[in-house]
Parts: sequence; C-alpha cells; structure tokens
Amino acid sequence: MNKTWLIIKREYLTRVRNKTFIISTFLTPLLLVGLIAAVTFITVKSNSKQKIAVADKEGLLKESLQSSESLSFEFLDNADTSLLQKGYDGVLLAPGNGTNTGTDYKIYSGKNLSISVESKLERSIDDAVENKMISDLGQISKSTLDSLKQVARQTRLEPMILNADAEVKASNSGVAFGVGYGAAFLIYITLFLYGAMVMRGVMEEKTNRIAEVVISSVKPRQLMMGKIIGIGAVGVTQFLMWILLILILSNVLGALLPAETLRQVGEANQQMPQAGGGSAALDAIAKTQNMLGTVNWPLIIGCFLFYFVFGYLFYAALFAAVGSAVNEDPQDAQSLMFPITLPIILAIIIMMNAINQPESTLATWSSIIPFFSPIVMMARLPFGVPGTVPYWQLALSMVSLVLGFLATTWLSAKIYRTGILLYGKKVTLKEMWKWAFRKS
Amino acid sequence: MSSILEVKGLKKHFSNQKAVDDISFAIAPGKIYGLLGPNGAGKTTLIRMITGIFYPDEGTIQFEGKRFSPEDDAIKIGYMPEERGLYKKMKVGEQAMYLAQLKGLPKAKAEAAIKEWFVRMEMESWWNKKVEDLSKGMGQKLQFVTTVLHQPKLIILDEPFSGLDPVNSNLIKDEIYRIAKEGSTIIFSTHRMEQVEEICDDIILVNKGQKVLEGEVHEVKQRYKEHLFRISTAQAESVETNNIFEVVGQQANQMVIKLHDGIDNNTVLRHFIDQGIQIESFAEILPSLNDIFLKIVEGTPTARQFEWN
Repeated sequence: MNKTWLIIKREYLTRVRNKTFIISTFLTPLLLVGLIAAVTFITVKSNSKQKIAVADKEGLLKESLQSSESLSFEFLDNADTSLLQKGYDGVLLAPGNGTNTGTDYKIYSGKNLSISVESKLERSIDDAVENKMISDLGQISKSTLDSLKQVARQTRLEPMILNADAEVKASNSGVAFGVGYGAAFLIYITLFLYGAMVMRGVMEEKTNRIAEVVISSVKPRQLMMGKIIGIGAVGVTQFLMWILLILILSNVLGALLPAETLRQVGEANQQMPQAGGGSAALDAIAKTQNMLGTVNWPLIIGCFLFYFVFGYLFYAALFAAVGSAVNEDPQDAQSLMFPITLPIILAIIIMMNAINQPESTLATWSSIIPFFSPIVMMARLPFGVPGTVPYWQLALSMVSLVLGFLATTWLSAKIYRTGILLYGKKVTLKEMWKWAFRKS
Repeated sequence: MSSILEVKGLKKHFSNQKAVDDISFAIAPGKIYGLLGPNGAGKTTLIRMITGIFYPDEGTIQFEGKRFSPEDDAIKIGYMPEERGLYKKMKVGEQAMYLAQLKGLPKAKAEAAIKEWFVRMEMESWWNKKVEDLSKGMGQKLQFVTTVLHQPKLIILDEPFSGLDPVNSNLIKDEIYRIAKEGSTIIFSTHRMEQVEEICDDIILVNKGQKVLEGEVHEVKQRYKEHLFRISTAQAESVETNNIFEVVGQQANQMVIKLHDGIDNNTVLRHFIDQGIQIESFAEILPSLNDIFLKIVEGTPTARQFEWN
C-alpha cells in the first residue's frame, strides 16, 4: 500500500508540475471567460447608437417603438430615404408614407440591419397592429388592453408529477435537458481525455523499459492502480481549478468592466423576452431562477462526482490494458483502442436519444449497464429522482458500475501483467482476451 | 557453505515454449557469478523469476535459507535489466529517490545513500538535470547507481557495460569488485566472454532452458582443456608426431602439440631434452570461455525464437 502511494504521488506530481498542465489549466478558463467577455463587449458595442427615422402619419407605432440605448427612433412625418445620407441608419416607412404605397411596412437602410433590430421592429409592428385591431373592434381602451396582456403573460404552466400518490414538483424539462446534456458531455470528454492519458503513461513505461525495473520492486497491479489513481487525481484537480478560476475570473471581470457597459449588457438581455418594458424582463429572470430551483442540485452534483470517478476508473483500467499491449507503434494503439472507444461513443448516441425520452426502455437499461451508465444516467438524473429515475434504478446503476470497475480492473491487471513485459510482438485482441481469462 | 540463493527444479513454460526447463543451482555470498547463454536460452526468464517478476510454474527459490517472497525480499535484491529504462521527464535526483523508495528505503536514508553514490561516481552536478538530457553512458551510470544504492544482498546485472566507454566501464567494474568484497553476491549476465573471464569467480551456462555447465571459471577451463601446449625452441626444429604427442601446428621455432591421453608434462619435456632440443618456453593452452561456450552450444540449434503461441 505504501508503495502504491509512492507511485500515485509520482504520477500526480510529475503531471501537475508539467508546464503543459499548468498552461492548459490556467489558459482554458481564461480563454473561456475572455471569449464570453469579448463577444458580449462586441455585441454591446456594435448594437449601440443606431438611429432610425420613422414616417408614420397615423401614429400607430409611436407607443410600441420606444428608443433605447442601442436603438433610437425619430418620428418624422416627411421622412424619406434621402435621410440615409444624413446620419440615419434606417428609414421605416409605414404604408402610405413617402414612397411606400403598398400595404406592408418597409425599412430602408444603407447596409443590412442586424437580426435583433429587424426582429424587434417586426415584433413592435405586429404588436401595434394587433393592439389597434383589438381596441378598434372591441372598443377597449389602451390601458385595459395593456393590463390584460400583463396578466396573461404572468400566468405560468407548472408541471407536477404524481408519484406514489405524492405530488412532486417536476423539473423543468428545458433546464433538465440542458443540465443533463452538459453533465453527460463533460463525462464523455473526461473519459477520453484522462483514459488516453493513462494509456500513454503505460505505453511510456513500457517503451522506456522502466516497467521491468519498477516491477522488480512492486507488483504490476500496484503500478497500474497507482497510475490510474494518480491520473484520476490530476483530473479532479484540473476540474476544481477550472471551476475556481472561472468563478474568480468572472468576478474580477465584473469588477473591471465599466458600469456603463454592464448596464448595456443588462439592457440587451432584458430586451430579448418582450419589448414590453421592465416588469416583463424581471418576470423572465424570476422565472429562470424558479426553473433552476426545480433541479435537485446536491443530488446532481453528488451523482456527477460518483459517475465521473467510477466511470473514469472503469474505463481507465481498460485503457491501461491496451497501453500495456502496444509496442511503440501508435497505429497498434488505434486498433486496440477501438473496442474501448466504441461503447463510449455508443453511450453518447444513446444519451442523445435518452435525453428526449428519459423513461424509454433503452434509456433505462443503458443507464444501468456500466459501459454506458456514467453518460446515460447523468442525462436522465436532472429529470428528477424518484420521478423519472426511481431509487432502485439509481442504486442498481451505481452498484453495477462499482462491480464493473472491480471486474475491468481485475481483468486489465491480468492483461497488463503479461503485456507490460512483452516486447517486439504485435498483440491481437484475441491474445489479450486469452491473457485476461487465463487461470494464473 | 550456506548459499544466499538456491533454486531447485525451476520451470517456466509459456504456452508451447519451455523457457526455463528444470534449472537448479546454488550461489554463495560474496561471489561474482556469470550467467551465460545464447539469446533465447532462458536467461531473462530465469532472472525474472529470481527477481519476483514472474512466478515459476514449478520449483522453489530459497533466498537466504528461506522461501523467497518478492515483497519482503525486494529490498535485498537489485536488478538492472538489459534494456535500460528511466523516466525521461524526471530529474536525476528525483528519479533515484523514487526508485530507492520503491525498493523500501526510507526517505532520509535514500537521500543520504544517493548523495554518497553520486559523489563516488562523479555525478554530484546531475541532481537537477533531466534524465532525457543525459547521454546513453550517463544514463547507464545512473541506472547502475539506482540498482545498488539500497545495498542489496543480491545484485543482478544484465549486460552492465554495454554502451559504456572504457573509463566508465572500469569505474563500474571497480564498484562491482568493491560491492562483492563487502559481501554482496553478484549475478552477471552477458554474452561478452572476455568480461566473464576477467570478472567472474563462477559461471552457469544455460542453453535451451537448461543448465549445461556450472563451476569455477578456472576449474571449468581445466575440465575443457584439450592438452594443447605451445612450445618455442631456440632454433627451428622439425618435430614429428610420435607416441607421446601429436603435432598440431608448426611454424619456424614455434609449435603446438597435443598430448596423448595419460601423458604428463614432464614426459614431454624429457622427450625434448633427450632429443637435445633447446626449449625457450613451454605453456599449456587453456580454452577460452568463448571456445567452451561455442563448443557446448554449437551443434545444438542455438538461439530459439521466443514464441508465445
């Protein structure tokens, strides 16, 4: 045990001290946050100060087209396209104004207007026309109509689930979809990333011939487990560092950005749901928070860690076995890796199906089989426990993953023991199979 | 004489290949043994069983009079495989520390031992160098140090001099003598017969998984001598084969003769004296280990290929 600890320590420290590790750990969140900041900044910058002249003799649009930081409207009864040369970015002509003799609204501009501007205009016009028709036909005053609309907008659909006669608030399926998708993909990426790292490490030891020296001091199983656990710890470290750095960076960035820009960002976000004004935007934020609140975060995070760790251990042992069978030629690694990468890729395909039908037979069973469970179960969990995923399924999935990890480790150790000392011969899958199941 | 290592009836089969087929021998402490054999004779497999890397299929290994236990005895054995390996990205000092600790040395003791060895081998300035920056010979020296620094009772060196310049070869050779004098046993596996003759006290020759020869270097040579003598005379003489010896070769004033069975040296000398021939030198030609090796191994289909299926 003491010697396994030495191996874990070496594997961990040599990797964590490596320049590539340090650079990628610090650079990835920096790039991510930087990218988001850059995009936001550019969006805000490019949106600002668009001036549009509106010719609308009937005064229909006056109320729904309200100027904001990014877009300003000027109502000029005799506006025409010549204004484009006088500093206006666009000229909106209502039917019967200026050169527009048709029944549609027309907008003229020197260059293409952005999608957000176009859709905002379209919405406003639709709104205005709709409002006018309703109030004209129903003889309803403008203020009554506004308050009616406000009430209608605030009414929500609250999905409930009946389970064992107890009423449970269901997870919002949109949020569940997003969380499940994200978690499953994260596990998919880590399996490949750190699994391949284990394989390369084993190959390095074999081609460097250090394995024989080490194995004369420790058991092959200790060397293999030390490597797997050491690299697993590197993975966990990298993830924690990323989370920490992203939190710190986003806070630092928030403090650094000028207040003006932040206000613009806020406004840009608020403009999205409805053009109706402040209360609708606040309502939307409240709604989002409410939706996120329907996800059982402690359970999701706990399960994510479990499936991350054991999914990694399950596959890392297999990657180690492949690494031990490879002789210098990286092409061998490719073909021997195939049977391991296949179930991982299959799992992600099943996951895409399962996330749309989390209760289908395929989703249920593949979230119990250890080859797929780390990915598929993570996609199902956000839809609710015990609503979508009953406790027995979760328990069975976890137990079978742990048993699966013990089995792959046991078999891999047998392949590893033979493979790591075998040089010069190209190993086939059939031979590896024989090593794994041969009586020792 | 109590032996440090005693193997009895050791067997290891791979699928259809008898890599080691019933080998027994015992070795005494403080001596240097040469383990010889052509490629594929089973040397590496034999060594791997002694170092605990492989379990024997049959047979027993006794280490210091007790049943060999790879875990407990690892610290008492130092093994330098033929194919050398070190972690390229590690620093020299860290690498030595790691390997010493894996053997079971406590940290402080490991550090002290490494420092001492580095001074002795003129490697003090290497501590913070990366292994990948070392030359092949330097890596070899480092590997040797990591093999012996935990003061193992049994040291197994597989081709320890390959790739070393004469200066470093001598440095390591002197260390091997010194370690043996301090009581460690050394098993020295090689194909280089002149090194075996120079360094080893005893040899074990294996071929096709079996032990074919064992004994003291001097005694083995005696056993395989062919009663050949080189004689040089004052003047060129013409000597014919007679009932005492056979003339194998003759050139000017030198000749090589082969004594007939049961003839001793004095009889030969007396023969020459009686003939009035002036002898300048008279020396027995002992076979080199190389000759013995070839004689035993040849005629048998030597180097077998290792097959796993």
